[in-house]
Amino acid sequence: MRDELSWYESTARQRLVGLLDADSFVEFLGPEQRETSPHLPVFDLPVQFDDGMIVGHGRIKGTHVFLAAQEGRFMGGAFGEVHGAKLTGLLRAAREIGSTPVLILFDTGGVRLQEANAGEIAIAEIMRAVIEARLAGVPILGLIGGRAGCYGGGSLIAGCCSGLAVSEQGRISVSGPEVIETNRGVEEFDSKDRALVWRTMGGKHRRLIGGAEVYTDDSMASFRAAALYLLELVHALTAGTLEAEQNRLEQRIARFGHCEDAMDVWALLGATDASGVPGMAYADFMTLAAGLEAPHHDAR
Amino acid sequence: MELLSYRHTALPRAKGSKQQALVGVVASGDLEVLVERTLPDGECEVNICTAVAGFGNLWRAVVADFVDLRSPGGLKLSVNDGGARPDMVSLRLAQAVHAVTGDHQ
Repeated sequence: MRDELSWYESTARQRLVGLLDADSFVEFLGPEQRETSPHLPVFDLPVQFDDGMIVGHGRIKGTHVFLAAQEGRFMGGAFGEVHGAKLTGLLRAAREIGSTPVLILFDTGGVRLQEANAGEIAIAEIMRAVIEARLAGVPILGLIGGRAGCYGGGSLIAGCCSGLAVSEQGRISVSGPEVIETNRGVEEFDSKDRALVWRTMGGKHRRLIGGAEVYTDDSMASFRAAALYLLELVHALTAGTLEAEQNRLEQRIARFGHCEDAMDVWALLGATDASGVPGMAYADFMTLAAGLEAPHHDAR
Repeated sequence: MELLSYRHTALPRAKGSKQQALVGVVASGDLEVLVERTLPDGECEVNICTAVAGFGNLWRAVVADFVDLRSPGGLKLSVNDGGARPDMVSLRLAQAVHAVTGDHQ
C-alpha cells in the first residue's frame, strides 16, 4: 500500500518514508531544534518547526544517500533563509565526504517573498554548493512531482543537478504561468488554460525535450525506481560535460526555437499524434518516449 | 499572532517509548503538532502559536477535550497553526498522540 501512495498528494515526510528503506532515515536539525524563520514573525505569519525543509540521510535499496525534501504546502515550498541554509549545509557536507549522492525532493514555487534578499542569496549559495559537490564527484539528483512543482530559483537549482526525474504533475519552469501572463500578456501565455500550462511545463514535455532524464509515474514505487536508475548513471562533471550541455542547448534552440507550442516540438520529434500525448497513460507514454529520442546522458 | 499555553494534569502516562513525533503542515486550514515526551508522567502541556487571534476560549475547550479523551500524560505538544478549524485541531492532536505512542506515523 505504501508503494501505491501518490507522491503528489503526500507530504515531504511521507515521501521520505516512501522512498527509503524502512526506518533508515535520520534527520539533521529536526523539528525539535526549532530552527525556524526569523523573518516570518515580522510579517505576523506562522512559522514551521522545520521551515519547510527536511534534511538528513538514509538508505535506498541499501545505498547510502543524503536527502533534502521540501514541503510544498508550507509557504508554497519557497526558499527562505533557514530553508535554504539547511540545503546548503547538506550539499557542503556531501562535497567534503565526496562519495555519498544527494537526492533533492523539490516542491517549490521559488523564493519566499517575505525573505526576498535572504532567499535569493540562498538560491545562489545552493547553486554554488551543487556545482562544488558535483566537481568533487558527488551526484546531485532531483526528484520533481509535488504540488508546487519546481519553479523560480528552484528550477535554477534543478538545472544545476546531474540528473532529474519528473512526473506528469511535476512542472518545471523558471517563471510560473501567472508570472508570464502578468509580464507578457495573455496572448503570450494564458495561465488559466490548464492544458496549456501542463503541456508546456509538465513532466511529459520536460522528458521529451531533454530537460529531465527520467519520466516517472506518480507513485512512491515509481519515484524509488527513478531514483535508483539515476543513481546508476555516470555523473562526472568536467569541462567536457559543460561543453556537451552547451551544444545540446544550442541544437535544441536551433531545432525547436520557432515552435509555437509544445505539440509542435513533439511532432518534430516524430510523435505521430502530438495532440494525444497529454492524455496518454504512463505506460503508453513510456513506449512513445522510448521510440523517439533518448535523453542525452553525456550532457548536464 | 497569538500565543496560548495550557497545562493540565493528565493520567495515565502516554504509552510507548518514542521520544517525539511531528504531524501536519502549517498551511491554510491546517496546523503542525510537534509532540515531545519531556514532562513528568502526570502532566501535559499544549503551547499554541496561531495566525488567527481571538479564539482563546475555543482553543481552551478543544485542548481540555483532548486531554480528557487521550490522557496524554508526560507529553508536551507544540502547535503552529495556519488557521485550522476546531475539528481539524482535534484530529491533529489525536494523530500526534497516536504517532508518539504507536509504531506508525
